[in-house]
Amino acid sequence: MATGSQSVYVERATKASRVFAFFAVALLVALVSMPWWGDAGDMRLVGEMAYYLALAQLWNLLAGYAGLVSVGQQAFVGLGGYALFYLTGPMNLNVYLALLIAGPFAGLMAIPVSFAVFRLRGAYFAVGTWVVSEVFALSASLIAVLGAGSGLSLTVPILREISPVRDVRDSILYLMTLAASLFVFAIVYLLLRSRHGLALTAIRDSEPASASLGVNTFRTKFIIYLATAACTGLIGGLIFLQKLRISPEAGFSINDWTVVVIFMVVIGGIGTLEGPFIGMLIFIVMRELLADYGTIYLMLMGAIAIAVMLKAPFGIWGWVVQRYGLQLFPVGRRLTLAPLEDLSKR
Amino acid sequence: MTLLRTQNLSAFYGDFQALFDINVSVEQGETVAIIGANGAGKTTFLRAVAGAIETAAEMVLFDGQPIGHKTPHEIVRLGIAMVPEGRRLFPSLSVEENLQLGSHSERTGPWTLKRVYELFPQLYDLRQLPAPALSGGQQQMTAVGRGLMSNPRLLLCDELSLGLAPVVIRDIYQCLGAIAAEGVTVMLVEQDINRALDASSRFYCFQEGRLALTAPTKNFDRAAITAAYFGL
Amino acid sequence: MDWLNILIQGGLLGGFYALFAIGLSMSFGIMRLVNIAHGDLIVLSAYVALVVTEDTGLDPFSSLIIVVPVMFALGYALQRGLLNQTLSGGLLPPLLVTFGISIIIQNGLLQGFGAYDHRLKEGFIETASLRFPGGLSVGVYPLVVFAVAVFAIAGLQLLFYRTRLGRAFRAVSDDADTAELMGIDNRKLYAVALGIAMIFTAIAGVLFGIRTIFAPSAGPIRLILAFEAVIIGGLGNMWGTLIGGMVLGVAQAVGAALDPTWQILAGHLAFLAILIVRPSGLFPRTRD
Repeated sequence: MATGSQSVYVERATKASRVFAFFAVALLVALVSMPWWGDAGDMRLVGEMAYYLALAQLWNLLAGYAGLVSVGQQAFVGLGGYALFYLTGPMNLNVYLALLIAGPFAGLMAIPVSFAVFRLRGAYFAVGTWVVSEVFALSASLIAVLGAGSGLSLTVPILREISPVRDVRDSILYLMTLAASLFVFAIVYLLLRSRHGLALTAIRDSEPASASLGVNTFRTKFIIYLATAACTGLIGGLIFLQKLRISPEAGFSINDWTVVVIFMVVIGGIGTLEGPFIGMLIFIVMRELLADYGTIYLMLMGAIAIAVMLKAPFGIWGWVVQRYGLQLFPVGRRLTLAPLEDLSKR
Repeated sequence: MTLLRTQNLSAFYGDFQALFDINVSVEQGETVAIIGANGAGKTTFLRAVAGAIETAAEMVLFDGQPIGHKTPHEIVRLGIAMVPEGRRLFPSLSVEENLQLGSHSERTGPWTLKRVYELFPQLYDLRQLPAPALSGGQQQMTAVGRGLMSNPRLLLCDELSLGLAPVVIRDIYQCLGAIAAEGVTVMLVEQDINRALDASSRFYCFQEGRLALTAPTKNFDRAAITAAYFGL
Repeated sequence: MDWLNILIQGGLLGGFYALFAIGLSMSFGIMRLVNIAHGDLIVLSAYVALVVTEDTGLDPFSSLIIVVPVMFALGYALQRGLLNQTLSGGLLPPLLVTFGISIIIQNGLLQGFGAYDHRLKEGFIETASLRFPGGLSVGVYPLVVFAVAVFAIAGLQLLFYRTRLGRAFRAVSDDADTAELMGIDNRKLYAVALGIAMIFTAIAGVLFGIRTIFAPSAGPIRLILAFEAVIIGGLGNMWGTLIGGMVLGVAQAVGAALDPTWQILAGHLAFLAILIVRPSGLFPRTRD
């Protein structure tokens, strides 16, 4: 047992995270400069990776940290997309303004949604969120001004608002996607580093215990649900801005926006910040490699997700953490003992 | 003949060690008591023997055979039955259904529904009622009957007296005597030291997961027991 | 609006939804497992029946002789081999594993059968109807399905309350740990439970495949409909699920009467409304 006075301080960064930060900055520079050295195809792919990563980080925040396993986040993707198309189309708003509104709009819609789904727990909550998404999809297919079943298209004048030149437009859209993805990641990261993040970890470990310590579990979850919805809506707006068309089936597609996202997070490592990166990379690699074989890659990802859940429930990164104790994005707090005072020198 | 023997039995709940090197033996036909304060590990010990807690195979020997690695239902089939702490009757089932559930392991022997009703005549009239409708004492009888229905060679009784009035406790322990007289070996955990010692021929005293004292109960010095109980 | 017609059509539709829901309800009641792949298993049953009818020339009803044992075996194997391992890990493993199974089934069917619509043909019974005085006409097929649902639930109640196996199911549902201490082999029991659930899922799948065109992607909506029937009716009560299905069916019938494209949406909205107003459903009976 240590005797004498020892002070204790809270440390955030680890050695690995410092090394990683260096490489991360280098990578970021490369990505941001891509319009100057890459072609349209590269930017489209990296842009896709960026928005999938954002969706994965958001789902991870919701399910891995707040314990809200939603199978209905595609609702907010679609809401954000439809908001963008409606605001720029029939409402004739500037495209940038419309984008800025799309996110908060989705966040606002999450409020009535939560009235219904927060009544359910666990797997019931999951299916409930799915029902809600179906309600939005069906409603969109019935509303004439939203294009009903066939949806809406983005007209050329709107695209010209971004830039009349095709290459410039592609670059701007790419950089906006990158920026949005970084923004989402920053929000998730800061949230987890903050007191709310600590509250979330406590709730995740034991809801009754944390409630008894004064953590307002309902309010914390509610805020996370809203914030996630808003960010997902923003990403949804950006996705469909680049797809140029939206329809109920595409906008609210569970396969496109939720299934692959869940697989990414689960395989990469749920409840870790690093996991979604790994999961996203695996998904993209598998999809590109197996592109000629139809949807086999989806079945494979499903099988891998099952195997991961049974054998390594914390995913690839979770396995790495258990084995090597690495943490690249420092969100934990470690108590460290300061060096012992030499009492003989007093 | 030694029916049950534990060898350096240690048990864990995750990282927390609840039992340290417990050596207990029970001869066929005996009634042995396990006493100790709350948290001493008595229930953990019974659950380890019943298979609900994982232990190494050799740590628990039944009839000379290692059973530490076996699942609870396999152990019931071998002849060990549990009357769990707090009764744990099935609330959706009637009294009779609870008793019948006890015979799921298909062991043969003298204990049938009829025999159990002879031992606990009260239960016969209550047999169609849902289990939660019974009083504490009646529920305890049902739980004991349920354990007997598997025709065990060893009956584990966890805190029979919990939450019951003294008169009821006395009745139950009388029945226990009748059960033991039929040749069933009994190992009972009991907080009420006097009851425990009156009902048994030998006792083990646990203290914070360790064996503190063991001796025949007859004429044993109560002061020594108290000292062992509290770790003095 | 012909209210009598709406009530009858909607009510009979409830029989369908109740049949969809039986397997889901059993899974949850006994194993505490919400099987996300449930809808896809219904669709899989329809496809199995399709293969059987095409290869053997049997009609769909008769094909059940093969489809039911096949699905029972699949359910037993699935629970024993895969799902039993998810039960002790908390909320995520069962949810995500069944989700993975759902995706595998859907895409497997897609690869095997293509994205085309299929249908099982049973002949005249599909369109036959009974005429009642007052101009009321009720389809024979919906009546048959409703009757099957009622028999299925009655049969299950018999199983649960009058058999040794049913007693074990109820005990395990109450308290799985103590059930094991009483000598019940939980893992095998769960496998039998899913197997039995799949018997009803198979029947539901074949009946559904006769009435509606189906494609590999038809699973999720079946899961949602089953889920809604169970939640509206209240957990832990099979007859409640039948009522829940009927409420759902009537809500859909009302929506359809206003405009055919509103049918499914009307059902969802009714579900959400009941969820907000009476979250535990109409006749809840469960201890959760």
